[in-house]
Amino acid sequence: MTFDLETDTRLAYVLRLADDLLINSQRLAEFVTNAPELEEELAIANVSLDNLGVAHALYGYASELGGGEESADDLAFLRDEREFTNCLLVEQPHRDFADVMVRQLFFDAWHLVLWPELESSSDERIAAIAAKAAKEARYHFRHSSSWVIRLGDGTAESRRRAQRAVDGLWRFAGELLMSDRVDADAAAAGVGVVPERLADSWHREVRAILQEATLVVPVDPFVAAGGRQGRHTEHLGHLLAEMQYMQRAYPGMVW
Amino acid sequence: MSLPMAHNHRFCAPAANPPPETNERSFVKLRRIHTRGYLNLDHQFDDAAGEAVFDATIAAGEKVEPRDWMPEGYRQTLIRQIAQHAHSEVIGMQPEGNWISRAPTLQRKAILIAKVQDEAGHGLYLYSAAETLGISRDELVNMLHNGKQKYSSIFNYPTLSWADMGAIGWLVDSAAIVNQIALQRASYGPYSRAMVRICKEESFHARQGYSIMLALSRGTEVQREMMQDSINRWWWPSLMMFGPPDAESVHTAQSMAWGIKQYTNDELRQEFINQTVPQAQYLGATLPDPELRFDEVTQDWLIGQIDWEEFWAVVKGNGPLNRERIAHKVRAWEDNAWVREAATAYAAKQAARRVEVSA
Ligand SMILES: [Fe+2]
Ligand SMILES: [Fe+2]
Repeated sequence: MTFDLETDTRLAYVLRLADDLLINSQRLAEFVTNAPELEEELAIANVSLDNLGVAHALYGYASELGGGEESADDLAFLRDEREFTNCLLVEQPHRDFADVMVRQLFFDAWHLVLWPELESSSDERIAAIAAKAAKEARYHFRHSSSWVIRLGDGTAESRRRAQRAVDGLWRFAGELLMSDRVDADAAAAGVGVVPERLADSWHREVRAILQEATLVVPVDPFVAAGGRQGRHTEHLGHLLAEMQYMQRAYPGMVW
Repeated sequence: MSLPMAHNHRFCAPAANPPPETNERSFVKLRRIHTRGYLNLDHQFDDAAGEAVFDATIAAGEKVEPRDWMPEGYRQTLIRQIAQHAHSEVIGMQPEGNWISRAPTLQRKAILIAKVQDEAGHGLYLYSAAETLGISRDELVNMLHNGKQKYSSIFNYPTLSWADMGAIGWLVDSAAIVNQIALQRASYGPYSRAMVRICKEESFHARQGYSIMLALSRGTEVQREMMQDSINRWWWPSLMMFGPPDAESVHTAQSMAWGIKQYTNDELRQEFINQTVPQAQYLGATLPDPELRFDEVTQDWLIGQIDWEEFWAVVKGNGPLNRERIAHKVRAWEDNAWVREAATAYAAKQAARRVEVSA
């Protein structure tokens, strides 16, 4: 039997999906004009744009759930660090292309397994957004996984960099697979999914790629979490300061 | 508009069975098919015959295609011009990329990313067009990095406010469109076709730029000031995009004779001014030229004196950001050398594995 989900919980669930995508889009776009090839500039901009598009749709829905008090732009540009509930993975900065692609691999694999589940969400709005996002996620995953394989199984240097990226980002990936009260309630109502249920699939996808890339899967436990509760690493504040600059400096204007 | 691909199918006609000669156009067609077959048989094909066909092609307003004979000067001019155009698309990603992270709304951010992505795509089409002339993209990129080839000077100016995203789209992309619409008729087939494809996207770029400006013009006092400041900084450099005045343009006459160029720099500049002045008026903006006036006789908007010293200084590398733009490009290229090496090494390993499997 399903029970009706409280609006606040539904809103919180939609917001965490949106925040993940917006912050990832923002990080990824930093690499535009810094890519190894012109073709890659296109690909990176494309993934960033896809993430932003889905985030926009989700913020639009969140705005409606909140009674229209805050617009989609308000949700993106006027909430503080502690109010953002994205996972820590996506806010992590990158030193090189290996960091970018490994971060993408972990994140894309999550969407690869998540969106098909959400396509059957009892919430029609989420289901519709998921259907579009699922298609994009397959393309994104193909892109990041093919790069991780090439970097891991390329030269000694690329392997070293790819391994360093995997080792550095692995501890942030586990948060994607952990649930809290919001996930549990959303799942119980048929609106969302309990992340733990997707953990096996996520591990299967990611480990297969790392293995093909001849990279070592870290044995460290997944340790870093807190993003879903708004407890972030120090990186998010700087990212938001830049992203929200216009709306903060020129409040209430139409652009 | 659709791609003028129809030009290509005539080459499929068997040379042994040429279509009847009914007019000059089909004569050119016939001769070219014939030349092509002849070239394939004998590399000693003589230049005089090639030149006659080339001249006839240009005279008939037909397209020169990659495998046709062409004068070396024509080939070099095209390489220089197409490469410069390709480099401009790529370097142009930087001033706009500078505002992706700070775009004020989700919608504006998405449009800006899409625009910068388009410019990367334009760079790709154009490098491909240049490659049909027998030079590789790596060689061209090298010449950009070491300063042997140039890119549009406009991208050496900094983007200092959000309004600059509006000014670039509205002024810079519009100026590019005026140039590129003319280039759709360029005599070299691959260049002309690349222009047709690019122009379609550029008009979206110009519209989104003007839409940013419109929003500012209808906004607060602060926003209108932001818009005006931006126009003050971008107006003259965008007029310089058309190049030196006709009297000083060294390449114009030959390029026009070869059908690479259809109009002179000053003609194109005037066209741009005439279309832009009313748009500025609609925004309620002032163009930073006290001498700007309408000539009732010619129906042209006449401008004051362009600061050609500034133009040449920027062309010669002394603009505000010449060094930074190239340094950024070179750094990105060098920092990622290991990525390209990895891709090459991986491809080689995969090829070796396939051989092993099939052996
Ligand atoms: Fe372009
Ligand atoms: Fe453009």
